[in-house]
Amino acid sequence: MSKTIIEAHDLTVSYNKKPVLWNVDFEIPEGQLIGIIGPNGAGKSTLLKSMMGLIETQSGYIKLWDKDFEQVKSRIAYVPQRESVDWDFPASVFDIALMGRYQQKGLFKSITKQDKEITLEALKKVNLSDYIHRQISELSGGQQQRTFLARALAQEADLYLMDEPFAGVDAATEQAIIDLLKSMKEAGKTIVVVHHDLQSAPEYFDWVLMLNTILTANGPTEEVFNKENLNKTYGGKLTLLNKIGNLMDQTEFPTRKG
Amino acid sequence: MIDWTQIVAFLSFENSSVNVVVFGSMLLGACSALIGTFSLLQKRALIGDTIAHSLLPGICTAFLLYPVKNTWTLLIGAVISGLFSIYVIDYIRQKTKLKNDAIIALTLSVFFGIGLFLLGIIQQGDYANQSGIDHFLFGKAAALMYDDLIVYGILALSTLAIIILFFRAFFTTTFDPHFAQSIGMPIKAIDFLLSTLTVIAVAIGIQTVGVVLMAAMLVTPAAGARYWTNNLRKLLIYAAILGAISGFFGALISYLAPNMPTGPWIVLSLSFFTITSILFAPKRGVLYRWNKKRNWKSKLESENVLKTFFLLGEKDHDFTKSRTAIDLINRRHFNEITLKKTLRKLVNKEKLIQINGNYTLTARGKEEGQRLSKIHRLWEMYLTTTLNIAPDHVHEDAESIEHIITPELEKRLEEILDFPENDPHNRKIPYR
Repeated sequence: MSKTIIEAHDLTVSYNKKPVLWNVDFEIPEGQLIGIIGPNGAGKSTLLKSMMGLIETQSGYIKLWDKDFEQVKSRIAYVPQRESVDWDFPASVFDIALMGRYQQKGLFKSITKQDKEITLEALKKVNLSDYIHRQISELSGGQQQRTFLARALAQEADLYLMDEPFAGVDAATEQAIIDLLKSMKEAGKTIVVVHHDLQSAPEYFDWVLMLNTILTANGPTEEVFNKENLNKTYGGKLTLLNKIGNLMDQTEFPTRKG
Repeated sequence: MIDWTQIVAFLSFENSSVNVVVFGSMLLGACSALIGTFSLLQKRALIGDTIAHSLLPGICTAFLLYPVKNTWTLLIGAVISGLFSIYVIDYIRQKTKLKNDAIIALTLSVFFGIGLFLLGIIQQGDYANQSGIDHFLFGKAAALMYDDLIVYGILALSTLAIIILFFRAFFTTTFDPHFAQSIGMPIKAIDFLLSTLTVIAVAIGIQTVGVVLMAAMLVTPAAGARYWTNNLRKLLIYAAILGAISGFFGALISYLAPNMPTGPWIVLSLSFFTITSILFAPKRGVLYRWNKKRNWKSKLESENVLKTFFLLGEKDHDFTKSRTAIDLINRRHFNEITLKKTLRKLVNKEKLIQINGNYTLTARGKEEGQRLSKIHRLWEMYLTTTLNIAPDHVHEDAESIEHIITPELEKRLEEILDFPENDPHNRKIPYR
């Protein structure tokens, strides 16, 4: 197995008091196309966000390249869910993609010609060259998603964390995106994708992580993407866990040390 | 009547106390418009209203502790209690399951209630300088002093400088806070900075327009300017200009009619500009869209008339036969008045020729009617063969599709179906 890029150790995250991720432990190898799959509310997006320290964890930690996120954040690009922003915002496709350069530039360093070239190149890779001045409110769902991808590409990162990049895009865009992700992998990047569609999952990913509050499977697709693990992830055995989670939510006082 | 000599006097900026009101109002208008643009984009329009009401206890406490009407001390009191109200809102949101609107209503009225209580104490107490404190309720621009203007000027310029300096931070965190955080932007600090600027803008404005109208000063300019641009930088500039112009008009009107208060007139002229934008702006404006809809309806009507001509011609095997409006109505349900208008339009476009109320298709008119019938029948064909829909269910759909299919799609449709001879109802498809 190649080098570990992401390691989670006994990770627990709760909203209010109900655990969304519960004692999650895993290691993910570098240079792969990795899918995080699981039912709605399984904690997939939460896992992605906790990798970047966007949410507080109750216990445990996540290491990236064996380091804390703060130390390696310049090597990581995040693609949030498309619906998490208001696309009626007064900005053009280029404005949004250029945000990818802000990571290196910080708040005050000025944007150079080179930054603009990198951004244009990123937009070209996602086939948006003809739309750079287009208002983001006038884009289709697939074009919005590609704008977000271009922004991530402009970051020139090594690890890409993508939250449902295939949600609400047409079939042609989905194919274009997966081709792009595969070519990024060829170039040595690691891509982690939160994914919904079980049909396409084995075809898209080299490595799969299955999640339903607890980790149900983690490994190379051909080894772990099987009926047994899918049943564990999507089946009824977890209802007990769910009930206990609800109970913890209703308990007045913390049951865990904060 | 309009008194021109007074307008000339106003515009010559001779009277320094008038100038203070004019520049104060303009600075205030521009400053709150800039900050309000971000409130609007963050969907926090009501925050301005809450802050405005929440400043009152701070102002009153500052006055009670230091009973001289000094702009700086009152401002500091205002800013502290404004920031505290924002903190309270966030705290309640985190600790309870109350929804946003309830939290805002709650915070606003509790703070305002305490403010009114303290105001009562001041008004009953023995404070020689208390006149002026109650101006904060409804605002009184005429009470602006030269010293106030200096303070406002400094604060307005600082606000402008901070927005320019932190433009990237405000832009990114307003659009996509999670992304901003992921690239290491200190979003909590940026949010605090923006909140502080909002409190300051409200604190500056409150003396001129009062507690109640302050929310309008923040959000209305950006709401109007949004109709004219899709670029954040331009939006900020337009909103600031709109705010400043409204400040100017508010001051002018209250100068010409001394009984007229400045604040309400600033807000009224803001509303006027904004309503004008909503109605007349290109692309987003109501009038533009209404007109577009009307044009579309008239296009549909024209196309339906030409198609009916074509269908009648098909039946009689004679496309050059002249027909009356009644002939058309007998074939298809048309409103007689709109039909006559449409016929006249089609004559003007040389798609029909008219002689004594009898209409004949021109070559161009026939071509168009034929194309529509062709698309209609091809689409029916597509629905029945490719999508397996029953032939008696496809007509209505084809009636609307025939108007929107582009020439490229038309070609694709022909290719996919491989130029069928007849449609599902066994009518010949007219390719030429």
